[in-house]
Amino acid sequence: MSEKSTLQRLVIDDTPYETRFTTKFEKRKPYAAPNPKHVLAFIPGVIQEIYVSEGQKVRWGDSLLVLEAMKMKNDVTADIEGVIRSVKVKKNEKVIKNQLLIEFE
Amino acid sequence: MSLATQMLEFFRRKSKAILGGGEKAIQKQVSLGKLTARDRIMSLLDDDSFHEYDLFVEHKCSDFDMDKKQLAADGVITGTGKISGFPVCIYAQDFTVAGGSLGLMHARKITKIMDHAMKLGLPLIGINDSGGARIQEGVNSLAGYGEIFYRNTLASGVIPQISVILGPCAGGAVYSPALTDFVFVVENISKMFITGPEVIKTVLGEEISMEDLGGARVQTEISGNAHFFAHSEQECFEQIKQLVTFIPWNNRKKPDAFPATPPRPEFDPEKIIPVNPRQPYDVRNIIRAICDDSGFFEIQEHWAANIVIGFSRLNGETVGVVGNQPLVLAGVLDVDSSDKAARFIRFCDAFNIPLITFVDLPGYLPGADQEHAGVIRHGAKILYAYSEATVPKVTVILRKAYGGGYIAMCSRHLGADFVFAWPSAEIAVMGPEGAANIIFRQEIATADDPDAVRQQKVLEYTEKFANPYIAAANGHVDAVIGPHETREFLIHAIEISRDKHELRPHKKHGIPPF
Repeated sequence: MSEKSTLQRLVIDDTPYETRFTTKFEKRKPYAAPNPKHVLAFIPGVIQEIYVSEGQKVRWGDSLLVLEAMKMKNDVTADIEGVIRSVKVKKNEKVIKNQLLIEFE
Repeated sequence: MSLATQMLEFFRRKSKAILGGGEKAIQKQVSLGKLTARDRIMSLLDDDSFHEYDLFVEHKCSDFDMDKKQLAADGVITGTGKISGFPVCIYAQDFTVAGGSLGLMHARKITKIMDHAMKLGLPLIGINDSGGARIQEGVNSLAGYGEIFYRNTLASGVIPQISVILGPCAGGAVYSPALTDFVFVVENISKMFITGPEVIKTVLGEEISMEDLGGARVQTEISGNAHFFAHSEQECFEQIKQLVTFIPWNNRKKPDAFPATPPRPEFDPEKIIPVNPRQPYDVRNIIRAICDDSGFFEIQEHWAANIVIGFSRLNGETVGVVGNQPLVLAGVLDVDSSDKAARFIRFCDAFNIPLITFVDLPGYLPGADQEHAGVIRHGAKILYAYSEATVPKVTVILRKAYGGGYIAMCSRHLGADFVFAWPSAEIAVMGPEGAANIIFRQEIATADDPDAVRQQKVLEYTEKFANPYIAAANGHVDAVIGPHETREFLIHAIEISRDKHELRPHKKHGIPPF
């Protein structure tokens, strides 16, 4: 069974209901606002090239790295202007979806 | 040549073809815990009822030395037969022949039996056990798949289509089952996915086993792609045999009636719902307390369990039952449960099966994950399906029917023919706590003792609105009935709706929020 047998509390419109949770409900991720200073992998793949390094100043639209996925080389560009705090990946590294690639200061 | 010699030649050819991929391949199939394609058909159909066609069909591929290979029956067995006297068209892919791979002639055998099913108005059962496209046949193999999908779509809503996944069913092949009405899977045997573990590993670097990616449990508990889970092939066949008793042969017929049987006495409809409206109960016990022989043939039991769907009988006649399940997530509607119920409602509407809806829900599930997953779009499916349905629609409000959830669960406003409410029903715009907090916000906030005032206001709201009588006073509810009258009211409603005729505006087709 996908639902657990112990009763839990689910509050809807200020009313607490005793009920079972499903595995899917228990595993749901709480919402986190996107951090504009984090560059995440939008698709799983391999880092082909890295164009920037720590401390480097980049402008909007500058190429940061190439993320190869599904045989396509994706040019990942800066969405903001700023200084690179750290590059979290190495060339030829395999990355998963939403993995942190680059952090801005 | 004498007839006797000709008969000998015929038997020689037939016995060779019937052996499929040969003794060795059969041994391998059996060692995997699987029946052969032929044994599967024989286990499912009534004894001596199977009639096979196209046994001598051969592939026409000559590339890659394929002309030197003979593939028995081209890897698929097709024919007609009966299940408990109920006629069906059936095909079973034979994994012992070239891995059950689908070439053009293999596909043509399937489309031929599908065309028969459509012309004769018979249900189609497809047993899938195939490695996928026959690569040697190239684009012709893809053509074969496309021709099957096209027919699955045309047959949808005309004849019931059942898919049984008894082996791999990967890549494009998955779309035939996906287009059919009921998908059956068996533990450790069924594997369904678009891209397999190998591809995922090479392309994405993620490692996952076939079972974790698309095994029977995944398909019945996580993805919702499959409707029935079984521990063995035999159990799976028993499920299919039960299912066919509830559905008609085609969309011009009604399901067969069975002798009427009263519910079993251990299910007392008055003793199931707790007095405290915040406490849960299993809505399936309400269904059992009301329907014939306390029977409920549940569909998609393990997925989106906050709503239950399935078939029962009332006075011997099949009904499709939808019920909020307070036991799971308080019975809320969400992305998955809306999707689950909507598809079932459309099946019932297409096949002349009256719908009974049991309502007890606090509303839609709140949460950023739900909103971002499109609960608006998915939630709309259930409204669409109920509004569109012209089969008899009877609703019983057991307890909570709040807000959007009340409207969605086959309310009078979506065209229910009869809406009944138990005295325990609370039909309101929202629950007393939430409503009091909004309506009396100012009063509560400025009070010396806000909690006492809140409690007082909740009590006032409960007394005034948490009942079925305001809805009944407005005619939104046709009758307030007691639990013990419910079966009789439902039987009467279905009986007098037998010739229900409801016209809809002419259109090519609607545009449901898929």
